[in-house]
Amino acid sequence: MKLKRLLAVAAIGALALGGSAACGKSKLDEKAKDDAKNAGAYTIVKNPKFAAGSTMEKLYKAKHIKIGVKFDQPGIGYKNPTSGKIEGFDVEVGKYVAGQLGLDYNNQKQVEFVETVSKNRETFLENGTVDLVIASYSITPERKQLVGFAGPYYETGQDLLIRKADKDKIKSPQDLAGKKVCSVTGSTPLANIEKNYPKAKPVALAQYSDCVTQLQNSTVDVLTTDGAILLGYAASDPEHLMVVGKPFSTEKYGIGMAKDRNDLRGFVNDKLDAAFKDGHWKKAYDLTLGKSGSDAPNPPTLDRY
Amino acid sequence: MALAESGNLAVGGVQYLWQEHNAFLDGLLGTVKLSLIAGILSTILGLIVAAMRVSPIPALRIAGTAWSGFFRNTPLTLVFLGTSVVLPIVGIRFAWADAIGLDTFFIFAVIALSTYTSCFVADAIRSGFNSVPVGQAEAARAVGMTFGQTLRLVVLPQALRTVLPPLASMYIAMIKNSAIAEFFNVGELTKFFDDSVRDHPEHLYAEFIAVALGYIVLTLLVSAAFNLAERKLAVTR
Amino acid sequence: MTSVLYDNPGPKTRRRIRFWTAVSVVALAAIVGFAIWQVARKGQISADMWTPFADSGLWNQLFSALFSTIKAALLSIVLALVLGAVLAAGRLSNRGWLRWPAFVVIEFFRAVPLLLLILFGLFTWGQPLAFIGEAIGASPPDAFAALVVGLTLYNGSVLAEVFRAGINAVPRGQSEAAYALGMRKTAVMRMILAPQAIRMMLPAIVAQCVVALKDSALGFIVGYQELLSFGKRIYQGAAEIWQLSQPPVVTTLVVIGAIYIAINLVLSWFAGWLERRMSRSTKLAGKPLTAAQTGDEVAAADAVPAGVEPPN
Repeated sequence: MKLKRLLAVAAIGALALGGSAACGKSKLDEKAKDDAKNAGAYTIVKNPKFAAGSTMEKLYKAKHIKIGVKFDQPGIGYKNPTSGKIEGFDVEVGKYVAGQLGLDYNNQKQVEFVETVSKNRETFLENGTVDLVIASYSITPERKQLVGFAGPYYETGQDLLIRKADKDKIKSPQDLAGKKVCSVTGSTPLANIEKNYPKAKPVALAQYSDCVTQLQNSTVDVLTTDGAILLGYAASDPEHLMVVGKPFSTEKYGIGMAKDRNDLRGFVNDKLDAAFKDGHWKKAYDLTLGKSGSDAPNPPTLDRY
Repeated sequence: MALAESGNLAVGGVQYLWQEHNAFLDGLLGTVKLSLIAGILSTILGLIVAAMRVSPIPALRIAGTAWSGFFRNTPLTLVFLGTSVVLPIVGIRFAWADAIGLDTFFIFAVIALSTYTSCFVADAIRSGFNSVPVGQAEAARAVGMTFGQTLRLVVLPQALRTVLPPLASMYIAMIKNSAIAEFFNVGELTKFFDDSVRDHPEHLYAEFIAVALGYIVLTLLVSAAFNLAERKLAVTR
Repeated sequence: MTSVLYDNPGPKTRRRIRFWTAVSVVALAAIVGFAIWQVARKGQISADMWTPFADSGLWNQLFSALFSTIKAALLSIVLALVLGAVLAAGRLSNRGWLRWPAFVVIEFFRAVPLLLLILFGLFTWGQPLAFIGEAIGASPPDAFAALVVGLTLYNGSVLAEVFRAGINAVPRGQSEAAYALGMRKTAVMRMILAPQAIRMMLPAIVAQCVVALKDSALGFIVGYQELLSFGKRIYQGAAEIWQLSQPPVVTTLVVIGAIYIAINLVLSWFAGWLERRMSRSTKLAGKPLTAAQTGDEVAAADAVPAGVEPPN
């Protein structure tokens, strides 16, 4: 009894200590300022004209849009663990689209970024939890049955992230037999591996970041998903991790929305097309994915249907 | 019209479950396997911790109390997370288990579940011992019984009877807690639910009811077994 | 010190105990030392692994994450008290058509894993009730709603049984006397049984808060941004921000775990204090109810107030 009371007091003391030791310069706060300086600035269209009754008008009038992004993919969609800022290529695209809708992306009440994980993207769109999903969301015929896609706004391919120590052992997907291949539950890459490389041992975790942790820990051997995502992770731990660099599929990232919002789909496609041409797209790329040193590729061709 | 539609959906749900009965049974088996192994291990560990907590050696008592205090106040999800990320860092990866068809993550889940449950098992056992009036043992010692005799003839028969109901509750709680393994890539009932809802959200209710029934059956089996044991013990009193 | 298992030690036994104490201290120190050495060997508890926790920005975020955890736990325990009272009233009713549904509801929600309920909630009531999460500023709001409703249904069912046990623990003579005075059932319940039962149940209710707080970590699995998911974000992102050689997994989990343990110890201690205070009180009709007596699995498992150590 006495011991427990002591423990409790000690624990509270430790907490308080942690709090007081935390004074002084905060590296996080500095980084947040840096990030704010570097974040892209996009036009916020003033008094945009939309057809009466259109989805765009509704969003503009409501002064509110909810955009589903990933929170755990550096370079794509990432919530900074400490500053709380949400950053990445998908987020920049989201800001751009929101600006075109006349919404102020610096105002969290107007433009809200919500975390989506691979397995709940469709549900979120069907339920209306979010208006748009910009979350490394590959356009596939099956998904087109469930949701509407604008774009693609980015093209990549499924690749492998491995430990540098294994670089002689795993050179292509042919070497996956008997290896533990990690990806997220409900994602295309995992289904692809299960179907085409049945000798690999699939491991399904909730988030890519969990796979990265397990890859660093050697409990899995490979993390597979789109090259763009893997590049970001490799850049976060260049000493131990590397991308194999032989994409074996084509993934086209699209902007997902509720299936019946065809007007919004057309609008977003028009605006993406403009961004491809006027340099906004390249700017978003350079700020995020381009940080790892790769030059901006050519923008993809829109798939209007 | 609406009635007919929901009727169709119900029929569809049953058909879907019938079609997927293998995956369901796999999930059920996964839950049974996980609970059974974790149940045995947590009982062994719980007995050790309980023995430490009732021992005359203060250092062991403190260690047992710390063990219980730690797991009693830590969320199981944190224990799961800790097991799956910290053990590999210190080099414990159970690579050998692959050879006998056991998944590393399954073993992590077993470890998390059994260490967590062990503290509740220990507490149940300890309170069982404490429920036996001291006078009983004193009387036994006074008539010259040895420690073994006192334990076997006087203390254990009474302690066991008080221990059984909370132990049963503990194992039932553990079966339910094993659902958390779903998140750590362990195939079991809740993972079956999660996976099938993602692929077939239209059968949500059928899937939920089936999985819930799976758990209810398992927990009912455990309570039935313990009721039987209690009745048996009541006779030998 | 006498216990059921052994008598007061004599001089010889005391010597033996001293010997084994020494042995066990060495053995325990060896085990703990080995574990710490294993972790230290990987550089997981070296000084730079603690640097994130010397950053005020991180603590600001950490406290808001902790607040999210407390929000979910507190809201659901309050709602669970209401639900528990309703269910207990149904369960104690004389009318079969109230008693049976209450029984089925209580038993169902106690038999089904909480995580399954929460996952199911994500697909059903999560969205319609997301406005609650939004009003409270929880992110994402539907995961919050799924979590809170799941916690409420489960804890409500457990508390219903606590309430029932509390009412039943009031000595029969009390209600018999009240009936003899001509009170009706509702009046007996409201004026005689409930006031006394509630006092007896307080420790068990506080102890149930510990369960709710621990279970709120399940929100982590459905993506609710609470303390545990914040912890994961720290160790997954910190290496880059603070330029560490590896993710500070162990230090982060130690800090997060310490916070949970500290809060729960305070709650348990409070429950134990309430109980001790009440067992001294002369106004109480019966003995205070520890959760262990209510016969529920998790209440019995989780909620025996840590302060209540049976005399050794």
